[in-house]
Amino acid sequence: MPYTADTRRQPPSRDELRNRIPGWGADLDPADRPSVPREKHEPTGAHWDFPERQPENTPRERSLEHKFLTPVFGTTAPLHGFSGAIRRFAYRRYSEGQTPHWLLLLAGDRVDAWESHLRSLATGRPDNPVTQTGILAEPGHRPLSSRFGRNRADLKHAWMDPVMVGGPWAAAAVLAWVGARKLLTSPSRR
Amino acid sequence: MRAMVYRGPYKVAVEEKDIPSVEHPNDAIVRVTLGAICGSDLHLYHGLIPDTRVGTTFGHEFIGVVEEVGPSVQNLKVGDRVMVPFNVYCGSCYFCARGLYSNCHNVNPNATAIGGIYGYSHSCGGYDGGQSEFVRVPFADVGPSLIPDWMSDEDAVLLTDALPTGYFGAQLGDISEGDTVIVLGAGPVGLFAAASPWLMGAGRVIVVDHLDYRLAKAREFAHAETYNFAEHRDIILELKKATDYLGADVVIDAVGAEADGSFLQHVAGAKLKLQGGSPIALNWALAAVRKGGTVSVLGAYGPAPTGIKFGDAMNKGLTIRANQCPVKRQWPRLFEHLRNGYLRPSELVTHRIPLEHIAEGYHLFSGKLDGIIKPLVVPGAS
Ligand SMILES: [Zn+2]
Ligand SMILES: [Zn+2]
Repeated sequence: MPYTADTRRQPPSRDELRNRIPGWGADLDPADRPSVPREKHEPTGAHWDFPERQPENTPRERSLEHKFLTPVFGTTAPLHGFSGAIRRFAYRRYSEGQTPHWLLLLAGDRVDAWESHLRSLATGRPDNPVTQTGILAEPGHRPLSSRFGRNRADLKHAWMDPVMVGGPWAAAAVLAWVGARKLLTSPSRR
Repeated sequence: MRAMVYRGPYKVAVEEKDIPSVEHPNDAIVRVTLGAICGSDLHLYHGLIPDTRVGTTFGHEFIGVVEEVGPSVQNLKVGDRVMVPFNVYCGSCYFCARGLYSNCHNVNPNATAIGGIYGYSHSCGGYDGGQSEFVRVPFADVGPSLIPDWMSDEDAVLLTDALPTGYFGAQLGDISEGDTVIVLGAGPVGLFAAASPWLMGAGRVIVVDHLDYRLAKAREFAHAETYNFAEHRDIILELKKATDYLGADVVIDAVGAEADGSFLQHVAGAKLKLQGGSPIALNWALAAVRKGGTVSVLGAYGPAPTGIKFGDAMNKGLTIRANQCPVKRQWPRLFEHLRNGYLRPSELVTHRIPLEHIAEGYHLFSGKLDGIIKPLVVPGAS
């Protein structure tokens, strides 16, 4: 068909669509769509103009783009350690509009994970890569038939996941082993 | 209490944590009766969202029973069965006063570009989430609603994010009668986004994914035509042919930062975390939509730079609309659609995972094993 004003094929008729699809056209009138118009005042249940302020029991980092600490905020996992220092710097030095702000926060995340793994070794319950990665779920959940012979696009890079997750642990184990060997063998060499 | 705890990328544990306490006069403490893992939790799990701290509890989809209320709470009482929108919001700021609950300015000190979300990193306010036995719910007079008697728990938990988000995405598309709508991604949100355009009068709905079992669900649940992009060398060309060489009137991106389809871009964005995630889905949306059409973005992207083909958006005269869903605005109308049988959300539930086994739940969902579509999380079960 040439490119004309009505090049588009006609959709099925209203009756045909109504028969096939329960509820077809129920929200045909945009006035029935809850987010039309986008901005609309509705009662929210708030009985304050500005909320009371949640006490700031530990110093709380905030975006430079906020005029003040918001009246309510989450209190889980306060800043601590080296990752905390990186994150605090990201919040104090850069606004959200600056790329280093986000790159530093991502760097803080990587450091946080390693700090926490190391710290866990000093506790009674060190991180357990076997239970925490959930790979114990593989048996019984069709690990092979879910993955293979199904044209899945993600299979091309799925092999990277165990390397990314397990690689650092393997590297740490090798380093520890080499270090221990050095330590044990060095006196005899002298 | 028992709670899911993030231990670093690809690692979660269930640990003993203190029961949360009332930290603000309008807080409630809710005992979780049913939760869920969301596709966007996988972005956290894979370490893609900035300022995701070890020790935090994920989970922004949950329902429960009110255990305790702060002194200023008027609308809820202990023992109420409540569904809680994933948005934390104050109800009174500049944005809340305009119905933009997902953009509240009073709940997220860490960033102004996004509101508050339960269990979704410090970039979303640093709140613990509902993949646990108890959760702190700020602004108890604003967010939560009583669960109607006729509604099942599984439907209710799907109404805290996945269904309203998909329904909202179709609204962002500004659909007119007879429109052709393409939905990228057949996860729970994509499936709901594909079922919703019919309500608004769409003439065709096409769903694109690479998981055949999810495409089968799209045909059955959302009455959609489907394309498996892994079976085509050039999926955009296929979609153009399927739409009379014009492109679709509306394209909804229900994938976000971890899109597959280009090995290099996926690895750079999602695996090596060099960008704010992979831009594949958004670029496909810009390519598959017709000139003058609308792109609706539901997929979550990180804030770092991504390689978006913005020139095409300008040259094609596109309207790009995006937001996190203001959940509670969707509820009254969605309740009607459920009662009329137009939408049946719990049909997407495939797995019910005890909280104690949540690490395995994340692994199955991340690896897309065992035909998984929507996993729920059941506290107290074992
Ligand atoms: Zn969600
Ligand atoms: Zn607000």
